[in-house]
Amino acid sequence: MQNIDLIQWIAFVILSILVLGGGLLVVTDRNLFHGALWLLVSLFGVAGLFVMLSAPFLAAVQVLVYMGAIVILIIFAIMLTRRMMGIRESVNARWPIGLVMSALAFLVVSFILTLASSSQLLAYPANVAVQPDSLINFGKALVDTNQYALPFELASLLLTAALIGSIVIAREDG
Amino acid sequence: MNFSDLNILPWLIPIPPLVAFFVIILFAGRSKLLTHIIAIGAIFLSWLMSFYAVYTIVTQHKDLGTAAALGGKGVFASSVTWLVNGATGPGTATGALGMGVMLDPLNTIMLFMVPLACLLIFIYTLGYMAHDPRNTRFFAFLSLFAGAMLTLVVADNLLLLFIGWEVMGLCSYLLIGFWYEKPSAYQAAIKAFMTTRVGDVIMMIGIAYLWASTGTLSFRAILHNEDVLHKLATTPALGGFLGLTAAGLIGLCIVAGTIGKSAQFPLHVWLPDAMEGPTPVSAMIHAAAMVSAGVYLVIRMYPLLSAGGNPEAGVLTPPMILMSIVGSFTALFAATIAVSQNDIKKVLAYSTISQLGFMIAALGIGAYVAAAFHLITHAFFKALLFLGSGSVIHAMEHGEHAAHAAHEGHTAHDQGHVPDASPAHGGHEAPHAATEPIEHHEHPLHDPEPAFDPQDMRNMGGLGRNMPVTMWTFIIGGASLAGFPLITAGFWSKDEILADAWHLSAQSPLAVLVLVSLAVAAILTAFYTFRQIALTFWGEPRTEAAKFAQHNDGTAEARNISAQMTAPLIVLAFMAIVAGFAGVNPGFPIIGAITSRFFPQGAPFANFVGRTLLEAPEHLDFSWWPVLVSFSVFLIGVGMGYALYVRRQYALGQKDPMEDIVGADIYRILQKKYYVDEFYGWAFINPLRWIATTLVSQIVDKGIIDGTLNIIATSATWIGNLFREFNRVVIDGVSDGIPDAIADAGRSLRSVQSGHIQQYLLYALVAALWVGLNLILLAVFPLAVPWAALAQVVIAVLLILFFNVSGSRASN
Amino acid sequence: MVPLNAYLIVAAGLFSIGMFAALARRNVIAILMGVELMLNAVNINLVAFWRFLTPATEASSGLKVGMSGQAFAAFVFVVAAAEVAVGLALIISMYRNRRTVIAEDVDTLRY
Repeated sequence: MQNIDLIQWIAFVILSILVLGGGLLVVTDRNLFHGALWLLVSLFGVAGLFVMLSAPFLAAVQVLVYMGAIVILIIFAIMLTRRMMGIRESVNARWPIGLVMSALAFLVVSFILTLASSSQLLAYPANVAVQPDSLINFGKALVDTNQYALPFELASLLLTAALIGSIVIAREDG
Repeated sequence: MNFSDLNILPWLIPIPPLVAFFVIILFAGRSKLLTHIIAIGAIFLSWLMSFYAVYTIVTQHKDLGTAAALGGKGVFASSVTWLVNGATGPGTATGALGMGVMLDPLNTIMLFMVPLACLLIFIYTLGYMAHDPRNTRFFAFLSLFAGAMLTLVVADNLLLLFIGWEVMGLCSYLLIGFWYEKPSAYQAAIKAFMTTRVGDVIMMIGIAYLWASTGTLSFRAILHNEDVLHKLATTPALGGFLGLTAAGLIGLCIVAGTIGKSAQFPLHVWLPDAMEGPTPVSAMIHAAAMVSAGVYLVIRMYPLLSAGGNPEAGVLTPPMILMSIVGSFTALFAATIAVSQNDIKKVLAYSTISQLGFMIAALGIGAYVAAAFHLITHAFFKALLFLGSGSVIHAMEHGEHAAHAAHEGHTAHDQGHVPDASPAHGGHEAPHAATEPIEHHEHPLHDPEPAFDPQDMRNMGGLGRNMPVTMWTFIIGGASLAGFPLITAGFWSKDEILADAWHLSAQSPLAVLVLVSLAVAAILTAFYTFRQIALTFWGEPRTEAAKFAQHNDGTAEARNISAQMTAPLIVLAFMAIVAGFAGVNPGFPIIGAITSRFFPQGAPFANFVGRTLLEAPEHLDFSWWPVLVSFSVFLIGVGMGYALYVRRQYALGQKDPMEDIVGADIYRILQKKYYVDEFYGWAFINPLRWIATTLVSQIVDKGIIDGTLNIIATSATWIGNLFREFNRVVIDGVSDGIPDAIADAGRSLRSVQSGHIQQYLLYALVAALWVGLNLILLAVFPLAVPWAALAQVVIAVLLILFFNVSGSRASN
Repeated sequence: MVPLNAYLIVAAGLFSIGMFAALARRNVIAILMGVELMLNAVNINLVAFWRFLTPATEASSGLKVGMSGQAFAAFVFVVAAAEVAVGLALIISMYRNRRTVIAEDVDTLRY
């Protein structure tokens, strides 16, 4: 038991370093293309966290959709606008305020979350095992009319609208 | 699905206008004819469904309601689970937020009034806006407005009601500022939006608190549930705030929402300015929708507002005390302003504020049925008066052009903004109020005299000769407003309020205050209504425009427009008389006997609406005194009006006869509306402007922010220089960009309003952090929360008033 | 087992990093990447809360809420995909019309 805990902690720390370090490099790397590659690293770390949280399906989707599709799309956009890649200042004039505010946001959010999760409000059942049919239940929930059938259909509508919208917006003669 | 099922039908009632809005905006906007068919068709469909519901309920389900003593058999309702959450509280068993509709007696009578008034306003708009270039957009907004109001009426929970409420706020903004070419119009729109926002924010806090303490927002679960009400009335408010109970605090917040929406003192300032919108909008705001929604809300929430009190024994709860004081003060205050206004629509605007004060005050002393009754009758006659005044203004604009045409020939005024007005109706402009200022910019040489105001009653007179239908319907509406005894609806509803106040005056000193101030306000009401009718329709025409004023100059189109504008007037005039007989006290001599022959169970309105409550309010015995008061206030008011404005003809340029009686100083104070706008300017704007210029700009901007940035920039430059030296030595001249960029930072920050999206994101983050800090406060010092909330609301109100009044200042 | 708080704090950190990118980077594509980081932080929170609070498939009240965390995370994926598609189309359109991808160069909203 002790060993499993230790291994989990080690995995968690490594993944967190991937997530946060990758994120930091996304933000600070002046080369946008490198930034996009660091984004892959960070997202991979998030996928790992999903695995640790017993959501393997979401981890797979994370790899397929986020890393496979979204980041590739971003890299496309970087390539298409590569003439601008030579900009020297990567941050704007207000970056010190942005830095302070982001740090403050981190403090406030983590304080609230710590407060909430340690209070009665979120007294959580520790170590509840996830049922093995979790994925099947998830699939059923998405198409169950009493649960997420309507949002699920709306999501497909949203994707269609986004698809058409982006074609219209990006068209040459638009 | 059976659509005639009354449990399901309310879902459908708001749908057609909402769909019409989207269809018109997205597809049909190009074609005027199509737009008209869709808009009128949609509201007609809504009216048809509402009429079916009302008719079925009145004929077959007379026992609808929750008052067991009167044989209430429950209400029609259906709802779906909207948001699953873990909420637990005395009012919830499901742990979920429901979203649904219902039909109970109170919203049944609203469904009788709202769709009918909307339908008539829509038909009227056909004629009134016939020549406006943005005609179709107007119908789209009007449809959205109607749809939002109907949503609000059928809602079975506060959240859905609040959604309709806010959509109406948006529509009022869009419609008041519809002629946005006029600076005064868009400023009025902003003012209306911001001022009502003050009330809405407080109301939202109340809703959130209600949710937090009961776990539900459903009317049925809260208002029809003795246990919940009792628990709310006995629990002290969070942190023992001001010694209130939870019900008291929530009630006060909700009443604040109504004070904003229904334009009660001190948030009344937006309503008179809202007259800048086209007249159908005024009718919509003042009668069918906006302000009625505010009163409807407090009537709906009455069980909560009165929880813990017993008005029949003279025990009033804090929200009721607030309502009776604010309502009676506003009724009197606005009536005194109305007597001195010369703009035909401003008089009606202040009259609306005053009449809403009647309803709020009535509810404040527990006169539940009387308040609901006055809400309905007032909606009919006020819609009638507004549409009538629109007809007058339309005719005056025609008259002005006709007068000009007679003098100067046709050319001068034909270059209007109406592309489709054929030359055959030379100069007959659309009722486009924007024509007036724009036109005078266009023809500075033709019009050396100040701009002619087609809404100024001093320019009118004798209009009845050419416009008999408008005159007679206006007189009927005015008589109803003034409370013409025995035959008008306004008499019966006002009489009922006074009777309630009379009966309670033995128990509660507040009822005496309400009775006296409402009686005086009623005298003034009769007086200013008579003055308005006399100045507008009677006597000799005082200007050329008034002489030529009419709609129907013989062309087919004008005849059409005239018919579209007068037909709704006739229907409304009918309602302004007949609606009153539903509420006659059966003990009233002769008339009561006649009506009780038709309605053997006593006053049908009181019986019907009373069943909305858990315990139906007591029936009042007939008493002569309030009737005598009602009679005499009408006679005194009309007598004063006759003496001042009919016996001696008012001539153009002459001093208003009232000025001699009350004295020039007081008259000026009244005309300036007690300088409330100016007071807000003095009390809020100047200090805030001082804070803005001195404190924020000099100290915060220049001192703290720039100073900090300068330190950062200097040190960064210093480090950068160090690096540069290092670079120069080691890698000779690589990258000196960073320090320069940082040094630029300090300089470029000085512009606060940049249009840079990231700066706005920063503001949003600051706001989110503010919320986060409040949450921490809630967790760490829960007892300080109400005070912190109060302080923040006060700050928000100050800021809103700042923008609001600076806007209205600019317009003056 | 790693406690809930650890996940929440990592997510808060990722959120703040993304927030900084959205606030301070000049290139709109970099801003978009920052927004992606923020969305991922939200997803970590959603899944972590799901794992710790309602992993069972049926809540005590009888209502089926057991999958809400995962379902919401899935919807965040969908929204993120739509957002990136439209956002990148906007960036390309902006680049084509204005020859820039710098957020501050686009300030027609000023005053």
